[in-house]
Amino acid sequence: MAEKLTLGKALTTGMRRALENDPKVIIMGEDVGKLGGVFRITDGLQKDFGEDRVIDTPLAESGIIGTAVGLAIRGYRPVCEIQFDGFVYPAYDQIVSQVAKMHFRSQGKVRLPIVIRIPFGGGIGAVEHHSESPEAYFAHTAGLKVVACSSPEDAYYMIQQAIASDDPIVFLEPKRRYWEKGEVDLGLDLASAYPLHASRTVRTGTDVTVLAYGPMVRTALDAAAAAEEDGRSLEVIDLRSLSPLDMGPVYDSVRRTGRCVVVHEAPSNVGVGAELAARITEECFYSLESPVLRVTAPNTPYPAARVEEEYLPDLDRVLDAVDRSFGW
Amino acid sequence: MAKGGSPPDGELVQLLTPEGERIESVTGSDGTVYRADFTDEEYRGLYRDLVIVRKLDAEATALQRQGELGIWASLLGQEAAQVGSGRALRSQDMAFPTYREHGVLYCRGIDPIMPLGLFRGVDQGGWDPNEFKFNMYTIVIGAQTLHATGYAMGVTMDGKTGTDDGEAVIAYFGDGATSQGDVNEAFIWAGVFNAPLVFFCQNNQYAISEPLERQTRIPLYRRAGGFGFPGIRVDGNDVLASYAVTRAALDHARLGQGPTLIEAYTYRMGAHTTNDDPTRYRIASEVEAWQAKDPIKRVRAFLEREQVADAAFFAEVDEQAKRESLHLRERVLEMPDPSPMTLFDNVYPNGSPLVDQERERFGQYLASFEGSAH
Repeated sequence: MAEKLTLGKALTTGMRRALENDPKVIIMGEDVGKLGGVFRITDGLQKDFGEDRVIDTPLAESGIIGTAVGLAIRGYRPVCEIQFDGFVYPAYDQIVSQVAKMHFRSQGKVRLPIVIRIPFGGGIGAVEHHSESPEAYFAHTAGLKVVACSSPEDAYYMIQQAIASDDPIVFLEPKRRYWEKGEVDLGLDLASAYPLHASRTVRTGTDVTVLAYGPMVRTALDAAAAAEEDGRSLEVIDLRSLSPLDMGPVYDSVRRTGRCVVVHEAPSNVGVGAELAARITEECFYSLESPVLRVTAPNTPYPAARVEEEYLPDLDRVLDAVDRSFGW
Repeated sequence: MAKGGSPPDGELVQLLTPEGERIESVTGSDGTVYRADFTDEEYRGLYRDLVIVRKLDAEATALQRQGELGIWASLLGQEAAQVGSGRALRSQDMAFPTYREHGVLYCRGIDPIMPLGLFRGVDQGGWDPNEFKFNMYTIVIGAQTLHATGYAMGVTMDGKTGTDDGEAVIAYFGDGATSQGDVNEAFIWAGVFNAPLVFFCQNNQYAISEPLERQTRIPLYRRAGGFGFPGIRVDGNDVLASYAVTRAALDHARLGQGPTLIEAYTYRMGAHTTNDDPTRYRIASEVEAWQAKDPIKRVRAFLEREQVADAAFFAEVDEQAKRESLHLRERVLEMPDPSPMTLFDNVYPNGSPLVDQERERFGQYLASFEGSAH
């Protein structure tokens, strides 16, 4: 039952399955109804499931998440769309103070099975506030889980697994990869699909471990293909889950390669790469031939679109880091 | 009993004057007739609630002063707003409190010990909202109004409105909260989705130190008009009017007619919390003026005048309040501190390998002290 789908259409199809399978699942967000979302990720869902289940909300992000909390207490499973990464901040208080903490403070009596979908990252030539990578804010917060899909097949299953999970989940979608196509086997049940919070080795190699997630997985794979021509063998791991991190396969890989490069679009300072470097250093210290290196955006605000290609990590910068890794 | 009539714009709906005189009914500007026709037994019951709620509150303040609670947010002065609105709720209705709704909690039939773990610092108020139809206390100002709105939307989606026996939701908040974005968003959403919701604002005149003038240039109840639903101001020190107005708004909601904003005009007689010193920001004469409008005194005056209750009744209520507060005190003192290992419990419904690893390491760390002097 394999089908060729774009990443965006795989998400739509996944949400459609979730709406079909559980009457408590609802979609809510700005423009998700008639328009089908600004990226058309909820395209056709309101038409088929009605205005009560695919809800065009007022233009108020805190309201989206705050009302989702109440709906979840009532027994619903809200899937909230935040239109762009840079617009999540008005909802930040509801996410970190309410969504993240309710299960803990209720001693397990309140579950908030809320999914917060955020198209994230740059590379689409947008104006400011439309290209950010806010994952560290959420991965830092206990009580939230954070995942990022990178391929159509993962998009299809991960969104369904996230909706089926009772944990509150920030679901990051690599917006610049929405239109990339891939084979999706639609026939698996959720339990036998690859687990939501597991990292996955997407290319095996022997010289350097490259860690990436979301939009940078494609970049890392391209770098690995290019490196092969130079005789270097890169192993690429798609982290998939940023909270919790699934470090077992990462440690195994680094112990074999002795070198590690982390790639993300977010700036480096106090980011996911810093956490990875610290943990790898703690666990694989005697296996490391060189320090864990990070390839990230500079620690500056996201720039104007005409210069974003310079700002974002790309294939050359990954290869440069690989070279530096061998320079020790 | 005075006949009553319609209050001029900006005035309070009042059914019991500070002197304890009953007003038969008040007609709101939209024609709603507010009245509270209680049996003698019910009048005595309201008085009993008011006295007990105040006494339990005083006990909690004392427990804080003695170091047994970390902090206490007293409701002193707001008993009528809370008992009136709390008694107006039906069993199927859901309440979303702030952290000061001890009186509403009591009227929901909930053991008053329940929130004290939060104030003692042994838990974070961990009860099941659906079991008690009373959400956990919310400390972030105004955040719960959105939760209430979402819950109310769910009530509509479940088809539980539109009949006399429908469900309604009430969201509590204060005058300070009306400046919060979340509260304004809740007003918008509730209006747009016609949510079966009563916004119950206890305007106690102060947000910690800041007077109402720092929050608004118009009476709070009039904000509702801009959001497209009715707003009404009630004497929050009048338990009968608080009851009548809340009851009408809840019925309006349960019938599927949408939200109402109630501004319960009252006064916080004590400090914001036990960490606060109100003498720094308000003058004694203001407090004295409000003492004359005390919510309990007027009910007692009414009961005495109408000979609905005698001295033996008042003594018996005082005795019950004393007994319940002593019982509360004893149980607070017995609340155990949580075990350190509970730090790692319930972070996620499905758990987390990171938390599991930290739990294990912390357990080993604690175990490393076993057998040593400390």
